[in-house]
Amino acid sequence: MEEFITTHRMNPDIDPVLTIWRWQVSVYLFLGGLTAGLLILGALSVLQRRKAAPTAAQRLLVWTPVVLGVGLFSLFLDLEHKIHVYRFYTTFRVTSPMSWGSWILLLVMPVSVLLIAGTMRETWPGLYAWAERKGLRGLATFSEKRLMGLARLSVALGVALGIYTGILLSAYGARPFWNTAILGPIFLVSGLSSGAALVQWMSRDEREHRLYTRIDVGLIAFELFLIGLMLIGMASGPERQQAAAHLVFGGELTTYFWVFVVMIGLLLPVLLEVFHLKGRPQPRFIAPAFVLLGGLIFRFFIVEAGQLTTWIGY
Amino acid sequence: MAAKKRYAMVIDTKLCIGCGDCVVACKMENEVPEGFCRDWIVESVTGVFPNLHMEYRSERCNHCSNPPCVHACPTGASFVDDESNITLVDPDMCTGCKACIAACPYDARYVRPEGYVSKCTFCIHRVREGLDPACVASCPTHCMHFGDLNDPESNVSKLLESRPFKVLAPEAGTEPNVYYLI
Repeated sequence: MEEFITTHRMNPDIDPVLTIWRWQVSVYLFLGGLTAGLLILGALSVLQRRKAAPTAAQRLLVWTPVVLGVGLFSLFLDLEHKIHVYRFYTTFRVTSPMSWGSWILLLVMPVSVLLIAGTMRETWPGLYAWAERKGLRGLATFSEKRLMGLARLSVALGVALGIYTGILLSAYGARPFWNTAILGPIFLVSGLSSGAALVQWMSRDEREHRLYTRIDVGLIAFELFLIGLMLIGMASGPERQQAAAHLVFGGELTTYFWVFVVMIGLLLPVLLEVFHLKGRPQPRFIAPAFVLLGGLIFRFFIVEAGQLTTWIGY
Repeated sequence: MAAKKRYAMVIDTKLCIGCGDCVVACKMENEVPEGFCRDWIVESVTGVFPNLHMEYRSERCNHCSNPPCVHACPTGASFVDDESNITLVDPDMCTGCKACIAACPYDARYVRPEGYVSKCTFCIHRVREGLDPACVASCPTHCMHFGDLNDPESNVSKLLESRPFKVLAPEAGTEPNVYYLI
């Protein structure tokens, strides 16, 4: 069967293939996932020790609002009607994942700031002293008293944020490559892995460094497993999903996926981490840098792959 | 209170010759910016030589009864008009996030140069005055029909009763309201 448009439809960003979402969205999804990972790991560190402590996981909490802010700015750059950005917050649409995401993001920001306020006396004494000078001691005291509750809330919000970044795409039935519920968990695990990589990179304590290296090995292995499940589900699905799977099994994104996403983005860093755990010397930043790069490449890949798959073949 | 309408378009592929008058009429009526289309013509050839089948289809937004674009919109800018079931976009609410474009299996939407999303409105401004959409009114072969499917006496209801028809990508579950007589 051959079908083509005879009266030229060449709507910008729609034809010949969808290119509505570009690097801005990929960067946002990556930084959103990284925020989720840092928030969850930092909050879990608080919960595990039952107190604030100057671990790398907790110290990195201070970056969560910054990373999320940069991500949101990137998303803002993608909006075509920027002046109407406030419209996200004049309603709540229960069927729209993007609406859910907008409100989740609005909750994550203040909760992460409170968690930082509750831990900074231990993690960033300089910041605590600065806050004290600015008359913000009350905020720190307020948060310290409620630290465990804030940490639990942060874990829940971090999971919601991490999963949402995947569901944002998976809810589009019109794009078969995205339309798989497992994308939510994959993005959450990938975000956790990015977070663990950053903790591993920044940790100055050898025990903590090794712990987060081991955690990251597990997370990457789990991510590979989930991606495998996603492809099996797609390849054994109905016609449209099979066509979507073909993108990485002989189709135009085959090299991109297997070389950049799988080999450079996942297998190489996990191997480097395993070698590191086995005592092979290597620069400390190499493995985590590849994990973070892999997370970014994965978001770029998914955003592009979904837009290449459609129900109508012209 | 008037009964709720369910407007639909019925296009006879046996009569359509793919002249593109509907496309031009739409551009003129709705002042569609240069380089953009709200409707377009598809030429479809199926089969194996010498047993070939060719059909022309004038395509546009399907004003689906289960519209994924409306479900995906985070601000309510994409909505279904209460009286007519016609899917519309409110430019004052649209952020240009493009969720609706990603959600549409027919790729019927686009972003206007001003930054908000636009698409076929079934010429609701004409329909409210009792007129047919511009594309239907301009069709030289009279292959396009417009009317209320909730009215069993309407021309579209009668055409769908009397002729075999299809809709585009019914398996997408969107319940389209543009029908093609085959």
